Amino acid sequence: MSSKDRLPIFPSRGAQMLMKARLKGAQKGHSLLKKKADALQMRFRMILSKIIETKTLMGDVMKEAAFSLAEAKFTTGDFNQVVLQNVTKAQLKIRTKKDNVAGVTLPVFEWYQDGTDNYELAGLARGGQQLAKLKKNYQSAIKLLVELASLQTSFVTLDEVIKITNRRVNAIEHVIIPKIENTLAYIISELDEIEREEFYRLKKIQDKKKINKAKVEKAKAELKAAGLLKESNQPANILDEGDEDILF
Amino acid sequence: MALHSAQKGKLISVIGDEDTCVGFLLGGVGEINKNRHPNFMVVDKNTAVSEIEETFKRFVKRDDIDIILINQNIAEIIRHVVDSHNSPIPAILEIPSKDHPYDSSKDSILRRAKGMFNPEDIL
Repeated sequence: MSSKDRLPIFPSRGAQMLMKARLKGAQKGHSLLKKKADALQMRFRMILSKIIETKTLMGDVMKEAAFSLAEAKFTTGDFNQVVLQNVTKAQLKIRTKKDNVAGVTLPVFEWYQDGTDNYELAGLARGGQQLAKLKKNYQSAIKLLVELASLQTSFVTLDEVIKITNRRVNAIEHVIIPKIENTLAYIISELDEIEREEFYRLKKIQDKKKINKAKVEKAKAELKAAGLLKESNQPANILDEGDEDILF
Repeated sequence: MALHSAQKGKLISVIGDEDTCVGFLLGGVGEINKNRHPNFMVVDKNTAVSEIEETFKRFVKRDDIDIILINQNIAEIIRHVVDSHNSPIPAILEIPSKDHPYDSSKDSILRRAKGMFNPEDIL
């Protein structure tokens, strides 16, 4: 096991506990992120299908609007320049609201009417009905397009977020968790090694002690045999601690 | 939410041929700001490509514009600029013009979507 695929940490019990906690954290994080990615993906697919639906609808609405423009032109005559020159303030404006999907804020556009119609008097002489129809058609087209724009914005935002989330999920799954697992395995093997060494060391010390004891015993026996050491077989008096009597 | 209601309304801008612009202006999206800059651009056959690009970039930079509507045939001319814009706001919508029907295979968003799923499957 190279040191590259594990964390640089000293193998100890404490580090093992730490790693275990981190592994648990990583697994929890992985499952949570996975859930988030799934939720986003679901929303994403929903939005995508809605976008396609609205885009096809938009084609029809725009066709109708363009047709009513031609109709109005036919009855009123050319009014293009009049309209283009008389622009002052926008009547339809957009507000942004925020929608929240699994912690991702998606902007939602909302149109609202602000001020009065600038072209109120257009078509007063003739073709007023056609012009009113034209305005209505284009307004409904704008409403649809605003809706489409918010869908599209959500699409772009979600696309980005999903990519990031998937990257994180994969990073945890394929880099962080194996790394922690490797570190844990390393710590366990290292701790086992230390334990074996310790066991061997204890055995060795015991052996040494035994040998020393045997040597001392042997020396004693030899002395006894030679009659130099008197027998002290009776057990020591536990009351006699060997210190001097205290006299008052 | 109080913050949102206090927020100033944003504009829709239009880049398109004369009829498209006139239609949307009648719908009530047109505005000319203090510096006499309109939020729409009429493109005819004499308009230079660089001019369209310039206007498009200016609209993207303006922070009072949230949606840019652009005719698909014009978007096709400045496709590289449209494709290079990938932030969510302003949203760019490609719309069909009077004499160019809508072709979903050219749309930059739908083309991105196609990379992930097949849109025909979903319908």
